[in-house]
Amino acid sequence: MTRWLALAAGVAALVALPAGLKGYGVYLLSLWCVYVIAGMGLNLTVGYAGQISLGQAGFLGIGAYSAAILLQAGVPFLAVLPASALLCFVVGLLLGFPALRVQHHYLAFATLGFNMLVFLVARNEQWLTGGTFGLNNIPRPMILGWRFANRVDFYHLLLAAMLAMAALMAWLLRSPWGRAFAALRDNPIRAESVGIDTTFYTLMAFAIGAAYAGVAGVFFACLVGFIDPAPFGVSISLSMLLMVIAGGAGRFFGPALGAVVVVLLPEWLRFAQDWYLAIFGFAIVAMMVWLPGGLLSLPDRVRGRA
Amino acid sequence: MTALLDVREMARHYGAIRAVDGVSFAVQPGEILGVIGPNGSGKTTLFNAILGQVRPTAGQVIFEERDITGLSPLLLARRGIGRTFQSLQVFGGLSVRDNLIAAGQEFRGGRAGRLFAAPDAGLGARAEEIIALFRLGPVAALRAGGLSYGQQKLVDIAMAFMAGPRLVLLDEPCAGVNPALIEELMELLLRLNRAHGGSFVVIEHNMDFVMRLCGRVICMAEGRILAEGAPAAVQADRAVLEAYLGA
Repeated sequence: MTRWLALAAGVAALVALPAGLKGYGVYLLSLWCVYVIAGMGLNLTVGYAGQISLGQAGFLGIGAYSAAILLQAGVPFLAVLPASALLCFVVGLLLGFPALRVQHHYLAFATLGFNMLVFLVARNEQWLTGGTFGLNNIPRPMILGWRFANRVDFYHLLLAAMLAMAALMAWLLRSPWGRAFAALRDNPIRAESVGIDTTFYTLMAFAIGAAYAGVAGVFFACLVGFIDPAPFGVSISLSMLLMVIAGGAGRFFGPALGAVVVVLLPEWLRFAQDWYLAIFGFAIVAMMVWLPGGLLSLPDRVRGRA
Repeated sequence: MTALLDVREMARHYGAIRAVDGVSFAVQPGEILGVIGPNGSGKTTLFNAILGQVRPTAGQVIFEERDITGLSPLLLARRGIGRTFQSLQVFGGLSVRDNLIAAGQEFRGGRAGRLFAAPDAGLGARAEEIIALFRLGPVAALRAGGLSYGQQKLVDIAMAFMAGPRLVLLDEPCAGVNPALIEELMELLLRLNRAHGGSFVVIEHNMDFVMRLCGRVICMAEGRILAEGAPAAVQADRAVLEAYLGA
């Protein structure tokens, strides 16, 4: 009961928050939502199913570019959203195949290579992606005649999407599939011996994780209105992995907290001026050393010591 | 009576090393067969070749009159063959109850159905049954990875029975388990055998356990069967004494 109350209070706070913020604050909050959605997907792949991916920003890019192209062609937003998610699902499925053969750092490099590939296509295939000039004038979503042009309205739409995606993820993780993902993570050989099709669940972990990034990408394109290859590079994938690890891999609220660390913390550290990246970097190193389970493992640690 | 499991001329070679070299035996329904032999005699390789972990170099495995040679562990599990491993193999991050449900959930319905199934996949009652049988009640809600070695071993073995397999292969169930738990394990396996007609193949070094549990024993040495028969007869066999048990 208290959990539901806390959750409701949190949602209420998120709904009310833009009232006290300027434009840039609302933008950052919206960006946080985008990364939480993509982070939830990566958390499924990495935290729950035990795979490794350094390519999540690639899927964010596929989602964003496909959305930009389709929206500019006049396809309605409510059709673009599932189409982009489906495209990422299919590409994610394909990226899952290397994961069936290689693990750990080999898989890390395979997914990193995929991200490079997406980045290069975005930069070089000018006829489709606009190259380094990117695509601009991406319209804000129009749903049932209502255009979410105002940044606060758009934030609320994005927040609703994030909550819906979170609810969907919670349901997936509670279903027997969630247990199969965890079994795959904890012990794939044992999983096979009790009839769990690790091939299928590995592919699904990548595909569903990618679809989440696709949804995030659609909203990202609409949020910024202009996309070029930069936000979809390998360094962004690393940031996303950091979000998942910093928040707590395999913990439901991990990406929400991790995205705070990665998106908002650097902004809050701006008072330190030139030093802010150094402080940020040091904080991350310290956390990896003393809190490898992520921020959400802190209560367990405290309890364990008490 | 046709055999439940029929292993014919099974061989697994690694280059010049003949880990398993032409082993044949059968397991009748309701039988507990013991496999003994010194370390390196090929017992685990034999299991792995039967269970699809390694491809047999030669030979055939017939289960319920169907050829299952070289099938993957996944397909063998679906055919009704359960197994435990020599080392601990539980899902450490899941609770004991979830370990059991995970070990049974894939045998019911289709994948899409399971996406929409109840969180316990309709196996809550079956899990409780197994929890009671293996006396895991007090730890059922705890994370399996945090339990003692002996308790994890029990969970590991319990998982093999979750889906109601018709044959279970156990690789050294007593290794690293304290004597009291060994007694409990024996009692359990005998009960599963008598009350539920469970058929087992057990690799084990604990001779007392093997003698009391198994109706028949095969002793392996250097990849071959050295002796086969009633436990007492195999224990008294000269060749077995020389190769394994010592004078």
